Amino acid sequence: MKLYLKIWRQKNAESKGSMVEYTLDGIENDMSFLEMLDVLNEGLINKGEEPVEFDHDCREGICGTCSLMINGRPHGPDSKITVCQLHMRSFNDGDTIVIEPWRAKAFPVIKDLIVDRNSFDRIQQAGGYISVNTSGRPVDANAIPIEKDLADASFNAATCIGCGACVAACKNASAMLFTSAKVSQFALLPQGRVEASERVLNMVRQMDLEGFGNCTNTGACEVECPKGISLENIARMNREYLSASVKG
Amino acid sequence: MSGLISSSLARKVVMALSGLFLVFFLAQHFTINITSVIDPETFNAWSHFMGYNPIVQYALQPVLIAGVIIHFVMGFVLELQNRNARGINYVKYKGSANAPWVSRNMIWSGLVVLAFLGLHFYDFWVHEMSYKYVAMLPEDPTRYHAETVEKFAPFWRTVIYVISFVLLSLHLWHGFASSFQSMGVNNKYTPAIKKFAKLFAVVIPLGFAFIALYHHLNPITH
Repeated sequence: MKLYLKIWRQKNAESKGSMVEYTLDGIENDMSFLEMLDVLNEGLINKGEEPVEFDHDCREGICGTCSLMINGRPHGPDSKITVCQLHMRSFNDGDTIVIEPWRAKAFPVIKDLIVDRNSFDRIQQAGGYISVNTSGRPVDANAIPIEKDLADASFNAATCIGCGACVAACKNASAMLFTSAKVSQFALLPQGRVEASERVLNMVRQMDLEGFGNCTNTGACEVECPKGISLENIARMNREYLSASVKG
Repeated sequence: MSGLISSSLARKVVMALSGLFLVFFLAQHFTINITSVIDPETFNAWSHFMGYNPIVQYALQPVLIAGVIIHFVMGFVLELQNRNARGINYVKYKGSANAPWVSRNMIWSGLVVLAFLGLHFYDFWVHEMSYKYVAMLPEDPTRYHAETVEKFAPFWRTVIYVISFVLLSLHLWHGFASSFQSMGVNNKYTPAIKKFAKLFAVVIPLGFAFIALYHHLNPITH
């Protein structure tokens, strides 16, 4: 398979980047997208050129590290997968593939295709936890009965891997799906209700401080989320926030 | 409560509430307007009531104008913040792959509706103010139907009205149901809310368009 790549190259956070074109031959259908980039980098290194920097870690679709905008879509053309799970059989011989980093002011580019997603960590640190004193004899969480529907909804929210595809896909670069998933996974459980008001107020405040955009309910985030996090979480966060704000 | 004013979620709630208020107003406006086709006397009676009732004129009308201003000013504020949040634009961005056109272009459909409101105010509201407070003409409960039909005599005005109603329909197609999501309503009733909102988004604007076309095609002959 012969491919024409257009890749965003940027030396560092301060420099101005641009798209650079590469032609790559000998790519096999069974290769993953990241393996295709590995082949490109091997060639660049052999020629004495700087390889293309991109984020990757587990390559199993569960760590949320890989983050590429491929032909205008986060994680590429297939649904409910991360880039590492995308294979070259999704492309055709002679295709031109445009590869860019996530674009958001709150996700500044560090180098090439790598962006700084610490803003997500700061949102999480603002309230995405429960304060439980742990010891050698913690109370078994299973001792508290929880409705199956609530437990499932909480678990589904907790499957968010924080990759940032929601922000990348949203025309407003909004982080509402991520933040709402992190709010929901606790808000639905009795252990999380204790700090529910404080949590939602603090996490939304941090989300706004980071400079993410506003949600306009287009639903792009839900479609592009590799874990299928639902818009119901955003509605839940809105309810939690309004209720917490009115309570003061 | 202080954080509520500056928060992104609160701004969305303001958009939702002002939008729902305007949806309610549209339903009321349509109910009166459709009588201009069915029964001109009823239309005259309602129009006269709306034009001279002090509660409508001095309490409801300012609230309506405030609702319109809040909705579009907040819309502009949100749009500017959203554009700023992206920073550098993508070289290739396939928005159509994950969100419908109407939801991605609310600012443009909204701007057309806003421009239309300028013409609509000039056509009817300015005319009424001029009649009552500049020319100081006496009350005439029978004039409204003839004046309305006459307004739609020019082809260009009818076309502008019809195009604006199509854009209003697109704006409502996304905005009406979206306002419930912004207020935190997403439950077992959501599919029914979405169906009703889409029905409303088609029926009411196209009904307005029908009224404009009907009066254009059925002029009063003296």
